[in-house]
Amino acid sequence: MGYDCVVCVKQVPDTGNITGDAMKEDGTVNRSALPAIFNPEDLNALEAALSVRDRFGGTVTALTMGPPAACEVLRECLYRGADRAILVTDVRAAASDTLATSYILSQAVRTIGSYDFVFCGRQAIDGDTAQVGPQMAEKLGIGQVTYYEQLVELSDRTARMKRNVGNGWEILQVRLPVLVTVLDTANAPRPPAARRLMRYKRAKAPLEVAKQTKNGKAGGDQERLLSALKETGLLIEQWDLDDIEADLQWCGLNGSPTKVQRIQSIVLTKEGYTEIPPTPEGVRQMVHELIVDHTLG
Amino acid sequence: MIGPNRQGEVWVFAEQEDESLHDVSLELCTKARELADRLGVKMAAVLPGWNVRELAYRLLAHGADRVYHVHDTALEHYRTLPYARVMCQLITKHKPQIVLYGATPLGRDLAPRIASEMRAGLTADCTDLDLGDYEDKRNKVTHRNLLLQIRPAFGGNIIATIINPSRWPQMATVREGVMRMGEGDPKRNGEIVDEKIKFNDFDQTIQLIERHREQRKVNLKGARIIVAGGGGVGSKENFQLIHDLAGVLGGAVGASRAAVDSGFIGKDHQVGQTGTTVRPALYIACGISGAVQHRAGMEESAKVVAINRDAEAPIFGIAHYGIVGDMNKVVPMMIEAIKDRG
Repeated sequence: MGYDCVVCVKQVPDTGNITGDAMKEDGTVNRSALPAIFNPEDLNALEAALSVRDRFGGTVTALTMGPPAACEVLRECLYRGADRAILVTDVRAAASDTLATSYILSQAVRTIGSYDFVFCGRQAIDGDTAQVGPQMAEKLGIGQVTYYEQLVELSDRTARMKRNVGNGWEILQVRLPVLVTVLDTANAPRPPAARRLMRYKRAKAPLEVAKQTKNGKAGGDQERLLSALKETGLLIEQWDLDDIEADLQWCGLNGSPTKVQRIQSIVLTKEGYTEIPPTPEGVRQMVHELIVDHTLG
Repeated sequence: MIGPNRQGEVWVFAEQEDESLHDVSLELCTKARELADRLGVKMAAVLPGWNVRELAYRLLAHGADRVYHVHDTALEHYRTLPYARVMCQLITKHKPQIVLYGATPLGRDLAPRIASEMRAGLTADCTDLDLGDYEDKRNKVTHRNLLLQIRPAFGGNIIATIINPSRWPQMATVREGVMRMGEGDPKRNGEIVDEKIKFNDFDQTIQLIERHREQRKVNLKGARIIVAGGGGVGSKENFQLIHDLAGVLGGAVGASRAAVDSGFIGKDHQVGQTGTTVRPALYIACGISGAVQHRAGMEESAKVVAINRDAEAPIFGIAHYGIVGDMNKVVPMMIEAIKDRG
């Protein structure tokens, strides 16, 4: 028995710590100037999956889509206890909007095969859309529980879960499999385990190995390195769109109904505010003006 | 998926709970009415529920030409699957060109499910909507009068305009409180269309076992005047001045995240990206530096007064009146001046 859990995680730029050079002159985002981090609520999703496995048995598979550098978040999942890590990477997936992304991820989940839970963070901090989770659930033809905070009961193929809906909460009863989006209030994510960190810091996906050998950093040929990683269980699985039998019509730019027409960076409008001296007279004058223009009744 | 349908209506998903309509649905009616007039098409609201037909009249009063009303026990309390079924069946049947939802927890749960089934585009959390043309240089086509879906992205550091040229309906969730709500005219005429929806077994697989709702104690969204304090207020004791000023002005008390995190005041009062979005007639920011996340929640205020010791604080960039000084001295002066206004 036990439950097989898939956790979708994302590497995101740290939008909470924007510095001056994060925006280019033309108003676009200078991604290279932003540190890449594990999307915060995806850590809560990982913890939710790990705790299901720890209590009831089963497996946790971490799944991400992105460039090879995104393996960093997969390694973070392995440090914390994930059993398996899969990178979906393909240049044809570039420029996917939330709908195309959810299609690709759902194809990857189908390729994994048997699963009982798909856990996602509620939303990623680079887009804040919260759309990929529900869209994946629809693509997989399963139910969804958004804003998950607590597993109330789990027996056989039925789960009861508490969700926070902002102005209150509710408990839903669902049949498995189900997709769950997890809030940051759901749990306290466990830190990396020291022994697992020592072991899995060497885990790599084939594209990372290729890059390493090309740079001449590692001796030996690629094949040998890959088979060594595989033998020791340190190979991060890597799938492209063909591996997950994705229909290219629904991927990347073609598969994305939304287009970005324009991006503006928020420039502070420094042009003129009325400076009021911090004196009773100054303040009195300002209050008077606010009354005259009917701002104050 | 439906293709572009230039005669299609502009729709609003009417969110209701416990027999009352969510404000954001009425705000969206006002906006949808304006968009429909510019496009020369009809505006309609979709109202799924159980015993909620009365609410249709409010939607008509706020600008709908038509309300598609669905009455079914499966819709008594919101559940994703039955509500998504209603919307997808009606979208397929009537082919609206635009569908708007409130960016509420409910709207953000429902809209993506529908977008996926319809294979249509969806933009989350819009703060503005407009109409405009889009020139597709790659395919050499110009798309006229598309819905421009305007939203902050990247933690509020950029504003993106998103369009949805060919896979319609064009759908967006819109933040609460950013659109003006019209007065509503109870004499406006319109049509209530009763629709019947077929649900299947899958739609009923998720059951609501228990449900608990809390009344919101703080009404920031409805406030005409907001006095807000930030980390610069310094202490919970000093924060009393914010309450005092709000008191003499008859306004509500707001706060930045820094003030909430420092324990000066409860999270209910938080204005900004992770709190409430407000657009009062007057916003008085005391000891708030004005991080983008905060500005995103209040920059639509009609008038902003900023009080801060740091003359370089970004809040001054969006202020109409700026006072460089200690709010512990300036706020009492303001209270005096207001009491004396007579």
